[in-house]
Amino acid sequence: MSTDTIEPDMMEPDTAEKIATIPIGDIDVARPSLYQKDTIGLFFDRLRKEEPVHYCRESYVGPYWSITKFNDIMAVETNHKVFSSEAKLGGIAIQDMHSVEGALELEMFIAMDPPKHDQQRKAVSPAVAPSNLLLLEPTIRERACQILDDLPVGEDIDWVDKVSIELTTMTLATLFDFPWEERRKLTRWSDITTAAPETGIVESYEARRQELIECAMYFKGLWDQRVNEEPKNDLISIMAHSPATQNMPFLEFLGNLLLLIVGGNDTTRNSISGGVLALNQNPDEYRKLNDDPSLIASMVPEIIRWQTPLTHMRRTALQDWEIGGKQIRKGEKVVMWYLSGNRDDTVIDRADQFIIDRQNPRHHLSFGFGIHRCMGNRLAELQLRIVWEEIHKRFRKIEVTGEPERLLSNFVRGITKLPVRLHAR
Amino acid sequence: MVKVTFVSSDGTRREVAVAEGETAREAALFNNVPGIDGDCGGVCACATCHVHVDPAWIDRVGRLEQGNAEAELLQFAEGANEYSRLACQIPMLTKLEGLILHVPEQQY
Ligand code: HEM
Ligand code: FES
Repeated sequence: MSTDTIEPDMMEPDTAEKIATIPIGDIDVARPSLYQKDTIGLFFDRLRKEEPVHYCRESYVGPYWSITKFNDIMAVETNHKVFSSEAKLGGIAIQDMHSVEGALELEMFIAMDPPKHDQQRKAVSPAVAPSNLLLLEPTIRERACQILDDLPVGEDIDWVDKVSIELTTMTLATLFDFPWEERRKLTRWSDITTAAPETGIVESYEARRQELIECAMYFKGLWDQRVNEEPKNDLISIMAHSPATQNMPFLEFLGNLLLLIVGGNDTTRNSISGGVLALNQNPDEYRKLNDDPSLIASMVPEIIRWQTPLTHMRRTALQDWEIGGKQIRKGEKVVMWYLSGNRDDTVIDRADQFIIDRQNPRHHLSFGFGIHRCMGNRLAELQLRIVWEEIHKRFRKIEVTGEPERLLSNFVRGITKLPVRLHAR
Repeated sequence: MVKVTFVSSDGTRREVAVAEGETAREAALFNNVPGIDGDCGGVCACATCHVHVDPAWIDRVGRLEQGNAEAELLQFAEGANEYSRLACQIPMLTKLEGLILHVPEQQY
């Protein structure tokens, strides 16, 4: 049978009724197109109801288990002795790391197990500790104000390019005290660190390798400069002067640095875009916010739950283990779908609704839990809080004026375009 | 009810009470004690309920056991020391009536 005899709709059903007709074993939530069309939630609704721990035998990333309920995800997260993050076993995403010959792979502790993970995380974490972030807050705010002040009111603009990317890049540059005029380099390096040629971001693995070497040289320069200056509170200076990181082999330093850049780039960018979209889709919530800006405190974690900027983390089973009545075997790939767990209404009240004044808004999975729990979670919240406080002072409404476009990815839940018009207060 | 006092880094003392058997995390959350978030729901997976047990109380509460899940999490927490515990792992039994817990400065 040739493929053109199959209705596109049948290959890619987009309503709950059509999805209900697929044999449960054939459901494959790895397909990136489902995320681009944003129909993925309907598939997870069905899995949570009928087969919360689900095995997909065949997909473009090979066979894998899906864990879709909040408490089952928590059970995997907190059991790192059985569920490994190790890069050599495949790492932390549904698509294996180290699967491509000749791709320069950087070592990052997000894809390591204890004890190495613990040593590296402990060495780097003081740099993003809350007490250090407080020192950076005034600069982050001042620069956010500049970006917002320069925006044209009443014209159609793309919020993603003009605001989300700009604000995130600005924060990264501030954190690293990176040369201001060259700050978009950071965004570029973040993009290529995670890029494969099929994404179109780089031409080939060789091209990617070249750019990463350029990046390494650049940071080496900054390191040499900071090491010879008085200690300051940017992350490079902190790492260059702290006993735990001072003598790190350079490639290890680079891996950790890029992990901080990558970790905070797409995720924060898409939370900034996702918040605007969610408020537009829920006008009552937008009204609540305008009436009482103190709700920003609980709105920020709710935006992060709602967006779920990383749809999943993956583990590899080191031994046979039972979860939700299913037998997982040693060596199998286990995917914790945060995007699904964050809609699990047996744990989160009215999980399918965006509610900016929830009682317990931080009880969500977007930052993971356990020893790998996001190290930048407070930084991410700080950035979003500043952005929304400053938006509130200036604009009555950020009106979404066209259809958003979404990223073709089963890992980063991204918004690539969001047409808006600003209304001054 | 069992009483417990939370002392914040600026010295503010808050005495609260909780039903016996609830944890010190619940005692803080039910009474809006600042600095104790308890994001993971009390299952020892986030360390946002980190406290320093008052030295006079540490032996009655019990010290951290190296290598267990609680110690694994606390190694990454800012300001962790020999009196560190996770409030969600401290059941408030009557023998702890009057317990004093300090909220680390770094938590907000
Ligand atoms: C809304 C924004 C963000 C989201 C949704 C997010 C999400 C995540 C997730 C899901 C993990 C893995 C958790 C697990 O495996 O249990 C993680 C780990 C990590 N994140 Fe974030 N992140 C965000 C912002 C940031 C920022 C701003 C930074 C930079 C400082 C950062 C740095 C890291 C690092 C270093 C790790 C590795 C931690 C480890 O393996 O021990 N993240 N993040
Ligand atoms: S509430 Fe998460 S560790 Fe105690």
